[in-house]
Amino acid sequence: MALKRRDGMHHAQNLIICEHCDSVYQKRKLSRGQVADCTVCGAVLERHQWIGVDGQFALIIAALIVFVIANVSPIVTLKLSGMAETTTLWGAVIAMWNDGAQLVAALTALTLFFFPLSQLVIFCWVLWFAREGRRAPGFAQAMTALVRVKPWSMIEVFMLGTLVAVVKAHTYFDVVPGPGIWAFGFLTVLITVFSSHDTRHLWDVTKDAKA
Amino acid sequence: MSAPPRARELGMMSCHICRLVTAYSDDPHAHCPRCHSALHVRKQGSIARSWALLLAAAMFYIPANVFPIMRTQSLSSKDDNTILSGIFELWRAGSPGLAVIVFTASIVVPMLKFIIMTILLVSVQRSSGLVSKQRARLYRFVELIGYWSMLDVFVVAILSALVHFQILSRVEPLPGVVYFGVVVVLTMLSAMSFDPRLIWDNRKSQ
Repeated sequence: MALKRRDGMHHAQNLIICEHCDSVYQKRKLSRGQVADCTVCGAVLERHQWIGVDGQFALIIAALIVFVIANVSPIVTLKLSGMAETTTLWGAVIAMWNDGAQLVAALTALTLFFFPLSQLVIFCWVLWFAREGRRAPGFAQAMTALVRVKPWSMIEVFMLGTLVAVVKAHTYFDVVPGPGIWAFGFLTVLITVFSSHDTRHLWDVTKDAKA
Repeated sequence: MSAPPRARELGMMSCHICRLVTAYSDDPHAHCPRCHSALHVRKQGSIARSWALLLAAAMFYIPANVFPIMRTQSLSSKDDNTILSGIFELWRAGSPGLAVIVFTASIVVPMLKFIIMTILLVSVQRSSGLVSKQRARLYRFVELIGYWSMLDVFVVAILSALVHFQILSRVEPLPGVVYFGVVVVLTMLSAMSFDPRLIWDNRKSQ
């Protein structure tokens, strides 16, 4: 199996263009913690990628496990004179759907379940191959999907929303936090770590394998 | 230190999806050789799309605030809350700190998005060369805060699922929350359609 490179683009490999103002820079090697800012508009050009591919893969596996826990375990339990009511993320989606807010139910399911899940699964798939420096089948489509889905994943907002809901309900009911809320909290931390990483970096560390 | 050159001057452009640097092309059907996404020098129809989505969002913002978003029902009372009245209630009954957070996410953030996007669009259309760096910063701010407005929508969703004690106590979503969800999505799409490179294009001064 021979590694083949596309011809013609070599000269452009070491350039980076600011996405916010179109200024052109020579790429520089960044050391740990360094961030390259655009001198014209101040946007971030590039961050040092401080977690290697293996580390990212480990984190994504952790995130997948936590994601499952977050979705199957109850987020909070409410108690009122002997009765208890508990809910999961899907419980919230179904409640909205049945109460006539189908659009919001769909929005909730997409931004808190389908988009984050597809992000995790696609990233896991791509990283699995990237560990050997290869590009996974469907690499281009996968990378495009990751960029497009990213702004629509809203786990962090849901975390804060749960907190507000707990405080609101606390006035009238006994509120017992469930394992789900901890899972969502942990997921928020993992996502914050990931968001300091540019997935597009994988284009540079993998090679197109062609027979 | 002199300013770095701009891609267009050097006959280059970069893919909006994977950032690959390629030779400049004004072919509307050009595709990125690496990730196969459509290649554009600037986002297409940026100003018109951004305006249209922003105006649509502004229209939906009225029913989102006028209509109640949530009904709290118990044996003795029925209480409909709008976004604003929900915040007042949280201030009085629960926690003022969280009330400030919800006020920021549901009222301040959408208003800021409307104001900032309008400033950006108008200034770009007038080819203003003023305070470009500050406007670029405003755009990044809008991108950053965009989705936090979904907060109230999620709060209503969780409460509707939780408070289901038959006739004793119930929380139901009301139409306001649907309009509000639509506002958040439309403002996010509006911000995404805007191309911040336009801030630096065709400036009158210089």
